[in-house]
Order: sequence, then C-alpha cells, then structure tokens
Amino acid sequence: MKLRRKIYLAAGYNTISLGTGRKEFNPKKDRPGLEHYMKEAGQGTLQQIGGAEHVDESSVGNFMASRFNKQAHLGAMMPMVDAGLMYKPAYRSEGACASGGLALLAGIRSVLGESAEVVLALGVEVQNTVKAIYGADVLAGAGWYQKRKAGHAYFFPGQFSDRAGAYAQKVGEEKSRLALATWFKNAIDNARLCDTAQEYHNAHPDPLALGLSKPNGKVFTDHLNVFDCSKVSDGASAIAILSEEGLKRCGIDKKDAIEVVGLANTVADLTQDPADLTRLDNIETAIREALKSAGITKEQLATVEVHDCFTIAGVLTTEAFGFAEPGKGADFVIEGNTSRTGKIPMNTTGGLIGWGHPTGATGVHQAVTIWEQLTGRAGAAQITIHPDRPYGMTINMGGDDKTIVAIVYKRAE
Amino acid sequence: MNYSERLQNVSVLGAAGKMGSGILLLTALEMADLSLKPENKGKKFVLNAIDLSYDHLMGLLDYVRTQTLKAAEKKTVQLRALYADRADLIENGEIIEEYVLHVLRLIRPATDMKATYESHLIFEAVNENKALKVKLFTEIDANNPHTPWFLTNTSSVPIHEIDEEAKLGGRILGFHFYNPPAIQKLVEMIPAKGTLPEVTEFSAAYAKNLRKIVVQSNDFAGFIGNGHFMRDALHGIQKVEELAKTYGFVQAVVMVNKVAQDYLVRPMGIFQLIDYVGIDVMQFIMKVMNPYNPSENLHASLLDALMDLGVKGGQNNDGSQKDGFFQYEKGRIKSVYNLDTKSYEAIDTLQAAADAALGQLPATAIAWKNAIKDSSKDAKLAAFFQSLKSMNELGAKLAIEYGKKSLAIGEKLVADGVAFNAQDVNTVMMTGFFHAYGPVNEFFN
Repeated sequence: MKLRRKIYLAAGYNTISLGTGRKEFNPKKDRPGLEHYMKEAGQGTLQQIGGAEHVDESSVGNFMASRFNKQAHLGAMMPMVDAGLMYKPAYRSEGACASGGLALLAGIRSVLGESAEVVLALGVEVQNTVKAIYGADVLAGAGWYQKRKAGHAYFFPGQFSDRAGAYAQKVGEEKSRLALATWFKNAIDNARLCDTAQEYHNAHPDPLALGLSKPNGKVFTDHLNVFDCSKVSDGASAIAILSEEGLKRCGIDKKDAIEVVGLANTVADLTQDPADLTRLDNIETAIREALKSAGITKEQLATVEVHDCFTIAGVLTTEAFGFAEPGKGADFVIEGNTSRTGKIPMNTTGGLIGWGHPTGATGVHQAVTIWEQLTGRAGAAQITIHPDRPYGMTINMGGDDKTIVAIVYKRAE
Repeated sequence: MNYSERLQNVSVLGAAGKMGSGILLLTALEMADLSLKPENKGKKFVLNAIDLSYDHLMGLLDYVRTQTLKAAEKKTVQLRALYADRADLIENGEIIEEYVLHVLRLIRPATDMKATYESHLIFEAVNENKALKVKLFTEIDANNPHTPWFLTNTSSVPIHEIDEEAKLGGRILGFHFYNPPAIQKLVEMIPAKGTLPEVTEFSAAYAKNLRKIVVQSNDFAGFIGNGHFMRDALHGIQKVEELAKTYGFVQAVVMVNKVAQDYLVRPMGIFQLIDYVGIDVMQFIMKVMNPYNPSENLHASLLDALMDLGVKGGQNNDGSQKDGFFQYEKGRIKSVYNLDTKSYEAIDTLQAAADAALGQLPATAIAWKNAIKDSSKDAKLAAFFQSLKSMNELGAKLAIEYGKKSLAIGEKLVADGVAFNAQDVNTVMMTGFFHAYGPVNEFFN
C-alpha cells in the first residue's frame, strides 16, 4: 500500500488483560463488561489528545462480541465512551483475531483519504463470559464453518497442534518442544515487566519447565500443552491515528508519536487447508509486502510484535520473517535471539501468550506496545532502541494464517 | 451377561439421598457412555431412581443435570468422538447439551418398587438399617426374574448377614462410596465370604471405570473407614469429658476440635467432622458396630444426650450444614453448643480461651491445606510432630496422645483382619477422610 500522506500514531492506552492469572480475576464473580473496557481504553486515549472534540472518526476492532456478549453494532457504542463522539462517523471492523489490525487500517485509510485528520482506533474483546469449552466454539468462527464438525473440541488449539506436530516431525520432537517452551518462558519473563499483562502476577519459579510439559491429547491436544496457548482474555486497547494536522490539533509533539512507514494487508482462502503445515505463507507474504512498502529490510527492525496466539505460531513466524531458515526457527528461538536481550526482541510485554489475547483488541495492543517502545514509554519493559535499527513492526493474524495486517513504524521526526 | 448388559437396567434405592444421588449420577454417566458405544447402538438402557416420595426426587434431576453438564464440559474431547456420526451436532455446546439430555433420558424416577423388578443390578443407599435392607432385597429378589445382583452402600453392616437373611446366595457385595460420591475418590469394596467371584469382578471393573481408588476391606462391621473414624471420634469425646472437668464442656469441645485440626493437620476438627457426618448417623453406626466388638464399648453417652436434645448435625438437602456441636455461617464455625445451658455460645471468646489453655503452636507447624500440596510434606510433618513431642504445653501433649491413639486404632484394624494391611488403612484415611498422612506412621512413636 502506498502512503500518500504521513500517518502518525500516538496516545496509546491498554486496559489490563483480565483472565486467569490476574489476581483480580474470579470466575465466580461478576466482571466488567464491554462498556467498561471500551470506556477505559477510549477515554485513556482521549485524555492524551485533548478530548473527543479533536476526533473526526472512531474505528472499532472487535471479533465476536455478537456471541461472547450478545452485542453487535459496536461503532454506535462510541458516543457512550464520550458524548463528544455523538453524530460522528464510527464503525466496526472484523477479521477474526486481526480485527484490531483491520481497525487500525480502516482508520489509516480515512486519514489517507483525507476524510479524517484524527481517528480514535479502539480494539476490544470480552471473552470470559463463557467457559473456555464454549469459547472455543465462538473462536472457531475464525475458521471455515464446514470444517468445524471434524475439528477439535478446542478448535484452534487443535489446528495449531497439527502444525506443531508437523513441525516436530520436521525438526525433531525434543527440539520442537524446547523451542515452544522457550517461547513461553520469554513471554512470561516479558509479561512480568508490564503491569497490564495477564501474566504480570505469574510467580512460577520455572516457566521453562511448565512449557516442557508433555501434551496430553486425551484431555487437550496431541502436540500443544495449555502453556503453548494464549489464555482467555478480557481487555481493550486504544490509540489515535493522526495526520500532521491532526498532531497539531491535538497538541502532540512528534517525538511522542510514531509514524506508519509501511503496511500490508493480505488474506488467504479461508476454505483451504495450509499447503505446508510448517509454514505461515500468508504471514510471510504480508511481512515481505510491508517491508517493501516501508523500503527497509528486516535487519533494520529494533523489535517486532508477532501474533503468538500459540507458541508454535511465534516460532514459525521467525521463519516466515527469514530470521531463520525453514526448520531452523526452533534453534533461533532456543538460542535466545527473540528474547528481550536477543538479536531481535519479540513481544517485549509478553505478546499474546504473556500479555494476553483479547482477540479483537490484539492488533491495537500490538501497536500500543510498539508506540511505547519506540517513544521510550515502556517502563520496566523498555528495551534499548539502537539508532541504526529504529523500526518496529506488528504482525496481526486472523484465523490460521488467513487475514494478516502487518505494519512498520518508526519514531516520528 | 457381560458388564455392559449388567448395566442396561439398574435401580438405585434411596436415590434422592446424599449418597444415593451421587451413586445415581455416577451410574448414569457410566451407563450413558456405554450406551453411546457403537456396539450398543439401539440398545435400551434404564436407570430407575427409587425413593420414598416424588418430593424427594424432585431435586434429583436438577442435581444430575448440573453435575452432568460439568462432567460433559470436562470430557468434550471424548464426546466429540462419540458423536462423530451425528452431522447435526457441530459445536461443543450442541454436543454437551445432547449428552446431558441423553443422561437425563436414562433416568426413571419412581416411588414404586415394581420398577426394580426388571433390573439386573440394584444399588442400595438407604438408611443404615439392616432390617430395612434385608426387607427390600428380599422383596426385589422374590419378584425379579433376572436373579439381580445387589451392591450395598452400607458403611457398617456386615455384608454376609444381609446375604444370609435375604437369601441372596452370594449375589451381594459391599460397595461403600464416601461422601459426596461424585467427588470423593475412595470406594471401600467389601466382598462377603459367600460373594460370587463374578460380582466382585464386575464391581472392580465398575469402580475402575468410575476412576475410583478401591480399597478392599474384610466384611467386619464398620469396615476400615468407620472402624477408624468411630474409635477416633470416641477418643475425642473421651478427651472432652476429661477436659470438661477443668475447662467446662464448651471450651473442652473447642480445644479438642482444634487439636484434631491444627495439631494433627487434618482438614477439619473431629467435632466438625461429626457434625458433617451427622450425630444421628454416628450413633447409628456405633450401634451397628458395638455388638461385633465385645472387648470394646463403641458407644458415647454424649451423642445420646445431644440426640435427646434434638442436636443432630448432618446436612440439609442443599448441602448446608445443620446445627450440631457447632453452628455454622458460610461453612465457618460460629458458635458452640453448651450442653448445660442447652444453647449456643459464640466461639470467639471460647476460641481465645481454648488457644491460651492449649499453648502456642511451634514454628514448625504446618496447615493441612499447605501440607497436602507440599512435595516435602513428610519431612515437614515429621519436624512438626517432633517439636510437639518436646513441648510441655497441653495442646502438644493432647496431640501426641491423639496421634498415638489413631496409630493404635489403625494397627488394631490390621491385627483384627479388618484391613489386609496398614497401607490400606492409610489409603482409606488419606483418600476417604482427606488426612494429610495415614494413621499408621512413625511420627508419634
């Protein structure tokens, strides 16, 4: 995609990712609903940009509130976030777990098309309304419905378990398991540095050992254990998408913003199975297109937020990037290259495994994390950004490698 | 008749009771899973839930529905495989709902014994009353053309006596669940001397499919569980009677209860456990056991006195605790029954006085809830009990005495041939009573 105007992101805000693992979480007690999360995240961003009167349009990312919360039509909930959004444009984008990325993209298009100078992008999902076994039905909507009957009770864990099984065959069971466990450990290490993360309170003495637990297909899946899976999360994230004029209107200094320098949105046929279970072809395409659109190479990236809904997706993404040869992603991860002190730090606040995965919010959350890292706002989770590698990138995936939104950023100048 | 055929028509007697409802649930789940196997397609499975009145049976189906739903949610992976040929059932929610309906469809609530006349297997969970059990079994056996087998959930009545008096010719076995049957892992299996081997074989398979831990006990009144528990409780009662002379009855109850819970590292104090089981049930079981143990007096006047005053303990139908030695609020002890004033006294001040009389717990003390999940539990318990042995405080002395008594009871069960070995005694107390360690141990020597 060609960027005919400069596009900036600023004023990010994350609610906590609520679910098992957070001390506040009690499955037997009432919890905040969609309205709470939308208000907290939306208002969190509005406060940083001088209020709703500066906003031209709202773009909401959400996957399945229509089932989790029996609530569709989320665009029209934005005036509830702030009365200043009344009678302004708002809509919801849906692309499964890439809904947040699509919401960003829709907002970016509005600014590019000069129909808006400031867009409030907000992603939200509240999934703890049902037990995980029923949530699996809801999330299975990200796959082709004709495949649901033959699928696993935990549909997506089942899909990615098949990928993990194929990958284990390719690189060896032991190495594959160690790579997945290492990915999990990194996620927990990073989440412990971010107070909104679902695993922030995780105090287990040996996450690697947990990650090494042998999968049990009788009660879960054949090739993934529960630690390989992102948890059920409630949460929202918001960020402002602005033009140059929008920055001025909101009184935001460029150093407090990041610039969108490249992006790609690719889809693959939902009705088709992956050609090769050990490859994420669509992610590979989107990465290539996004880097090309930004005119940079992967070596110029300081950090990446990848879509590790499952540890295996994280490992395979290192190969889709080309950081490792096909079949060598396991070694790449085991050697520590993706840890926060590694060659290319990935998911520095925990990613989907560690920070949480409120599905429709995740794409926006990834952008907020990159904004925090590139503008020096990541607190305890802050990594060093080298001047010769100033770029950050997000890869947001819907379904099993079906809808991808990849965006490249750098700190605004 | 194979295992599956045996379970095609089953009756549970006393199905609405706290034990019967659990047995009904577990049997319904097992029958449902059998009926869903390809080789059993088209075969009819019937589970008669028999109780005295429809009022009692009304809540039963709700209980089964709630519990089956939980069970189905846990085994959805297997259920998807069982319903693989049902094109109309696609989502987990649809499959779970169908399974719950399937289980409920097996159950026929009835107040009429006639329903049992077609059954191949009778599960009995009525009162601990031998005459009643014999009467029911005799009636069923006279009218049922299928020579049914009988599993009794008695926790104390010798099985061979029921066998002989009801003339069952060995078609009976003691199958003693612990309360609540759906959750407690332990089953005491008690073959009588005449029990047919095929009945024992079937029961072992049934217990295994229910994923129960089975301990075989000899057919001696009270078996292992109550054999220990009744004597253990009598020790507690005896200590209360002694301490009452110095500290008064209510404080003595609080003291002994605390010793059993905090000093012996048990999930609850002995008087809370008596309340849980029911003072009436305790009295009944002791009455059953006493004649078989001529060298002991398994009887407590204190329990008789409480029963005369209408203080019975036990649980309400909704699982809440009735007033007994204690009154409870949200599961916590609120007040203590004073036998002299015939009223309850708030526990707060009594507890403080009891704590002062017992003395400080040593620093090595470990709480039950921590002990059960601690991988180095045995070492920590050993250190704790070692410190108790070296202390002069009353609490420590009472605890060591209690621990030794519990050990002696366990050893006696083995010596008398009730239990086959000490490990069985320990398994029963650790799984059936959730003790953190078995009574037969080296801690108190």
